[in-house]
Amino acid sequence: MSKMFKLSVTPHIRDNTDVQKIMYSVILALLPAAAGAVYFFGLRALWLIVLSIISCAATEALIGKMLGKPLTIFDGSAVITGILLAFNLPVGVPWWIPVVGSIFGIAVGKMTFGGLGYNPVNPAILGRIFLLISWPIQMTTWHKPNGFTGLDAETVATPLAVLKQNSRIILNRDSSTIEAFNSATSKIAELSDSYMDLFIGNVSGCIGETSVLLLLIGASFLMYKHYIGWRIPFSFVATVGIFTWIFGGYEGYFTGPWLFHIISGGLIIGAFFMATDMVTSPITFRGRIIFGIGCGIITSVIRLWGGYPEGVSFSILLMNITVPIIDRYTRPRVFGKVGK
Amino acid sequence: MAGTFIGGVHPDDSKSLSNTCEIIEMPVPSIVVLPVSQHIGAPANVVVEKGQSVKKGDIVAEAGGFVSAPVHATVSGTVAAIEPRNTASGRKLLCVIIESDGEDSWSDGLNSKQDISSLSIKEKLGLIRDAGIVGLGGAAFPTHVKLSPPEDKPIDIVILNGVECEPYSTCDDRMMIERPGGIVEGLKILMEILDCKKGYIGIENNKPAAIKSMQDAVKGVDGITVEKLKVKYPQGGEKQLIYAITKRKVPAGGLPMDVGCVVQNVGTSAAVFEAVSLKRPLLERIVTVTGNGVAKPVNVLARIGESVENLINVAGGYSENAAKLIMGGPMMGPSQFTDEIPVVKGSSCVLVMNEDETDTGEQLPCISCARCVDVCPMRLMPSTLATLVEYEHWDDVKDYGVFDCIECGSCSYICPVKRKLVEYIKFGKASLTAISAKEKAKESSKEEKPEK
Repeated sequence: MSKMFKLSVTPHIRDNTDVQKIMYSVILALLPAAAGAVYFFGLRALWLIVLSIISCAATEALIGKMLGKPLTIFDGSAVITGILLAFNLPVGVPWWIPVVGSIFGIAVGKMTFGGLGYNPVNPAILGRIFLLISWPIQMTTWHKPNGFTGLDAETVATPLAVLKQNSRIILNRDSSTIEAFNSATSKIAELSDSYMDLFIGNVSGCIGETSVLLLLIGASFLMYKHYIGWRIPFSFVATVGIFTWIFGGYEGYFTGPWLFHIISGGLIIGAFFMATDMVTSPITFRGRIIFGIGCGIITSVIRLWGGYPEGVSFSILLMNITVPIIDRYTRPRVFGKVGK
Repeated sequence: MAGTFIGGVHPDDSKSLSNTCEIIEMPVPSIVVLPVSQHIGAPANVVVEKGQSVKKGDIVAEAGGFVSAPVHATVSGTVAAIEPRNTASGRKLLCVIIESDGEDSWSDGLNSKQDISSLSIKEKLGLIRDAGIVGLGGAAFPTHVKLSPPEDKPIDIVILNGVECEPYSTCDDRMMIERPGGIVEGLKILMEILDCKKGYIGIENNKPAAIKSMQDAVKGVDGITVEKLKVKYPQGGEKQLIYAITKRKVPAGGLPMDVGCVVQNVGTSAAVFEAVSLKRPLLERIVTVTGNGVAKPVNVLARIGESVENLINVAGGYSENAAKLIMGGPMMGPSQFTDEIPVVKGSSCVLVMNEDETDTGEQLPCISCARCVDVCPMRLMPSTLATLVEYEHWDDVKDYGVFDCIECGSCSYICPVKRKLVEYIKFGKASLTAISAKEKAKESSKEEKPEK
C-alpha cells in the first residue's frame, strides 16, 4: 500500500501577496502625508487621525460581531478608511466629526453590503460627503497651517476657494465695483506665488490633502509595488488639467491655470489614493481610463461652475456607482479574438 | 532580443534543485504498465493477449484512428495482464502490463539505421506515426497529425518549444545541454515535412547553458535560429510562444496552423529524429523528479510504463514531510493520490511537495483588485468568470470566454484573497460541456420519435 497524498486543483503554488500585505503597504504609503499633516497643522491633526482610525475599526468590529462574522479589522482596510477620512477633514473640526463620519462610512458604506469586497462606494468618501452636507459650517472652516503653534482664531479660505470667489467677481465684472475687480485680480495673482507652498503643503486645506509632495512619494511607492496602476490617477489628473486649461481661465478659452488646479485641493489624494480604491473601481483596462476621465470631468465641472470650490469627493462617489456598467461594456478583447 | 507576451506572472522558478543534475539512465524495469490512452484522440486498441511473448518495440495496442497513436512494449517479456490500472489522469484506464524477461531485446527490423535522404516525406511521416510519437511537452497530441495540416493551411514557421516555463521542471533544459544534436536534426526533418524554411528554437533566459548549447548546435544550419525569451510564466503556452517569436496571434478557438505555425516540444523533435533515422519507437523519455519532498532531485531517462514509485526511489525516496505528489509542474500538473501510477509519454516532471508548502490560504471575497485581469495571458476576466460560474449564469460564462482559458493558473497564483479561480473555471467548462451534451442527446431522441 503506497503513501496517500493530499489532493487539490491547480495551481499548487501562490504568490505570497495577500490582502494584509497590500493594505499595510497603502498605510505605509500614507505615512509621509500623515507626518506632513502633523507638521503643518499640529498635534490636533494627529488626534483627528487616531480618533478616525479607532472609530472605523471599532465600528467594523462591533457590527461584524453582531452579524456573527469573524474579526476582519486586522486586514488593514478599516485603518485605511480611518486615515483617509481624517485626511479629508479641516484641522479645526470638533472631535465628534471624525467619529460620526467614520461610523457612518463604515456602517452604511461597507458593513451593510457585507464588508470588504462588497461595498459599491468608497466608505471614506461616503463618510466625508455625509459630514460635508450634514455639517457644512464645520466642514468648510479652514485654518492657516501653523504647525505646533496651534490654531489661529481667524479662519481662512483655501486657495481653490480664493480662486473661485475671485474668478466669479472678475467674470461678473459688470456687477462689481472697480475696487472689487482690482482686489480680485491681485488676489488671483498672489496665488501664483504660492505654487511651492501648494506643492509642499504649506497652505490651508484638509489635513492630509495639502502636501502634493508627500502624497506623491507614497503613491510612487505603491506604483512601484504595482498595488495601484497608472491608468486611474493619470487619466483623472490629466482630464482635470485639460478641462481647467480649456475652460478655467477668466481671460477666455485655453487660458486656465491648469497646474494650479492639479496641485490644489484634494485632487492628488483623490486621484492616487481614493479613486484607486480597488473594490470600488473598474477591473478592465479601458474601464479604468473611462473612470478616471469621468472623475476628472465631474471634478472640473463642480470646481468651475458648481456650488462648491472642490469636487473630487463627489466625482469619485458618482463614478463609483457607474463601475458595474463600465465593467460590463469595456470587457478586454480575448487574445486572438477576431471581430467583436 | 527577448520577446514576450501580454500578461503572465513570475513564480519562483525553483529550477536550481535539479538543473545541474545530469540525466541518469534508469535500469530496465521489471514490470511496465502501459495505458492504451497516453495521447489526445482515440485510445489505442489492444492487439496482444495475456501470456503472449513480446519484444521491445512490438506494438501492443494499435492506433484507434487517424488522431491516435500506437502503444509499444517498452521491455521484452510476457504480457502479464490486460486490465484497468490507476493512471496520472486520476482515472483507472485499460493498461497492458508486461513483465520483463531481463533480455531487453529489440523487435525485428527496429533500431536499425535508416538512410534519411532516401526516404520520402510520406515515408518519414509513416515512421513517425508507427513510432507512436506524441507531443512530449505534456499535451501528447499525435505528432504525425500535427505534421499533416490540411492543404489550405500552409506552414511557413516551425517553432521548437524549449521554454519549459513551469517551475521545477528541468528535463528539456538538460536535454538541450546534453543532447542538442538530436533536437536540431529532428527540427530539420520537421521543416522538410512541412516544407518550410524557417525554424525557431524558443528558450527562456534562465537557461543560459541550454541557450549556448543550442546556439552552438545550430551554427551553420540554414534557416534555424535560437530565440531568447523573457522569463515569464506561461511563456511556454503555444499561443504565447508564437506571439513572442512571430507577433502572430492565433485566433481564439483556433490552432497554430491558422497562422502558419507548428509548435513542437524539443523532446518531440529529438524523438522524431530517432524514429526516422533509427526506426526507434517512442519507448522512453526524460523525467525530472524534484521538489522539497524528495531527498535528491534528479533528471532520469525512464521507460514509458515505469512506476512513479521507482522514480521516487532513484531520487532518494520521500522526505519526512512529503505530502503532495504532482505529475507535472506546480502551476498545471494534476495532483495524485497515489504513486502507483505509470510514467506515460507526456510525463515530464514528478514533483513532491512538503506539508508546509501545501497550504494555499483561506479563500476570501473578491476585492476587485484586478490583478487576475492584469496577468491573464488570454485577456480574460477570471474573477468575473468565477462569479458567473458560482451563480450558474451559463450563457454569460460562455460569452465571457471560458473556453479560451488555457488553465495556466496565473490568475489563482496572483490572487491576494486566494480565490480558487482555476477551479471555478474548470467547473464552468465541465458544466457547459455536460449541458450541451444533454441538449444534444435530447435533440437526437426528439428526432427519433416523430410527433404523434
